[in-house]
Amino acid sequence: MEAAASSLVSIAFHGVAYGMILYVISVGLSVTMGLMGFTNLAHGVFAMAGGYILTSSISRFGLGFPLALGFAFVLVATASVVLERCLYSRLYAASELEQVLFTIGLIFMAVAIAQLIFGTLQQPVLLPDALRGQFRLLGREFPAYRVFLIVGSGAIVAALWFGVERTRWGAMVRAAVDNRVMAQSIGINTKRLFALTFALGSGLAGLGGALGAEIIAVQPTYPFEHLVYFLTVVAIGGLGSLRGPFVAALFIGVTDTACKYWLPQFGAFFIYIATIAILLWRPAGLFGVRA
Amino acid sequence: MAPGRALRGTGVKSPVGYAADARLRWTEGLPWLAAVAAFFLLPDHLSFGARVLTYILFALSLDLILGYAGILTLGHSAFFGVGAYAAGILAAKLGLTDPVLLLAVAAGAAGVLGIATGAVILRTRGLAQLMLTLAIAAVCFEIANKATPLTGGADGLSGVRITPIFGLFRFDLFGRTAYLWCLLLLFGVWWLVRRLICSPFGATLTGIRENPDRMHAIGAPVYRRLVMVYTLSAMIAGVAGALLTQTNQFVGLNVLGFEPSGELMVMLILGGVGRLYGAFVGPLIYLTAQDVLAKQFPEYWYLGIGLMLVLVVLFARGGLLGIADGLVARVRRRAWA
Repeated sequence: MEAAASSLVSIAFHGVAYGMILYVISVGLSVTMGLMGFTNLAHGVFAMAGGYILTSSISRFGLGFPLALGFAFVLVATASVVLERCLYSRLYAASELEQVLFTIGLIFMAVAIAQLIFGTLQQPVLLPDALRGQFRLLGREFPAYRVFLIVGSGAIVAALWFGVERTRWGAMVRAAVDNRVMAQSIGINTKRLFALTFALGSGLAGLGGALGAEIIAVQPTYPFEHLVYFLTVVAIGGLGSLRGPFVAALFIGVTDTACKYWLPQFGAFFIYIATIAILLWRPAGLFGVRA
Repeated sequence: MAPGRALRGTGVKSPVGYAADARLRWTEGLPWLAAVAAFFLLPDHLSFGARVLTYILFALSLDLILGYAGILTLGHSAFFGVGAYAAGILAAKLGLTDPVLLLAVAAGAAGVLGIATGAVILRTRGLAQLMLTLAIAAVCFEIANKATPLTGGADGLSGVRITPIFGLFRFDLFGRTAYLWCLLLLFGVWWLVRRLICSPFGATLTGIRENPDRMHAIGAPVYRRLVMVYTLSAMIAGVAGALLTQTNQFVGLNVLGFEPSGELMVMLILGGVGRLYGAFVGPLIYLTAQDVLAKQFPEYWYLGIGLMLVLVVLFARGGLLGIADGLVARVRRRAWA
């Protein structure tokens, strides 16, 4: 009985930590797809970039962990604005097929570049001493880093939700998601709003990739391997929604962890079956604004 | 007429509206002349040639649903893989070694999967459809990966033995039989697909691609047409997969998953999507370039592929054949002036 309870707690704990990371990475994708209608399969590239920035700025340049996290966010956000202005914005009016092809092209390039710079090996993450070891709570031991992940991601999520629900910028984003043309006609500069939101979403992906570098291994094939997971979070959650992907990410995180623990021989099978079932039941996702 | 969302700006135009011109032009004989010439002139490269022909068949099946019907899929390799594994498992485990029978079974298996999944995914659009195709392909990959006793898992399925075609033509070491066998099948499928595209059925497909709502409004059975073409395309992809099994006498896990789907899409885009012969040009150039360049510069190969995709989308939406069409049109205009 005690063993079963402890494995349940352990699965829930690791699943939530994984789900939180998935959410921080994918929420930007949900917002940009809902806001701009852009099918950006290359979102995982930003997460991978965040992971590489974190690992190399610690191991090569000897930066501290918090500073490295900040770097991951700022650098990825800045780079994404450049990409958005120069490349993505040319394809806002293009067909879905072209957006898919274009972003697959970006993934191919990012994978090759990562391989050229960092090689094919997985990057080790050097954690600060404070985050190693165990954390005692209610008579159980938890890995300290996972606790930090849950708390840190929770803070990010809270800040994001406050920003979208309570600030002027958030109101403008919500207005533009609901009706872009109307938002534009009442004087919202949607072009600038898009760039800003895109940068924030990508920066969050970078931050998520950096935070999660210990859970989701940082290696060149990252954007391909985890693409299905990021897309699943968005598709199940629903485009343009904040709550939906949160529920979806936690669901995927916990289910995936449970399946890998109890039924390792089935691999990621259940996630895909669940995705298919949910999308057949609600094609627009659980909390989708539109299909 | 306003072009629809699926293929807007790809440069696909037809002088007689949506129905393609059914008359054979002399240029359409060129691919077959080249293929026969290659058989005699490049006897050392026939195995490679068989691979190219197989992928042309596969690309043709994708062109049918993506280029003509506008169904966006990231999981077309599911049908290719099911065909390959169906033929492989029957030949290696059950001792069913007749190539024609294997092709029929592979087409049937892929067709059943096509109609079952198509009936479901074609009710959705956009992101949901994209995700469903991706998830279904991922499920197929997981099954092949885990059902080791049947499929060999990550090690692949070896021990595939194939008896001579019609009991007469044995698969030889130089790929002569394989090459001609692939060419014969490709010719048959090309004829079928060409007839289909030029028929009213093909015109309905193009109409659905451009504007499904309007096709609904004029009374076309949109959903039924889509399921039909999806199933047909799955069967062709299954035949291509079975051909790969027969010519390689091996099935690897790399016939399934996201990567072969993405690679196939790259080939089709390179040649020109929504054109019958884009599916011919793309795989030929892609596989040749891969054969030459990927060995010499493996680390730059994917960089080049990515760059090419980005450039094609930004500047040359009709692919290589689109560029060729543009050049021909320019020369003609100059000749008239």
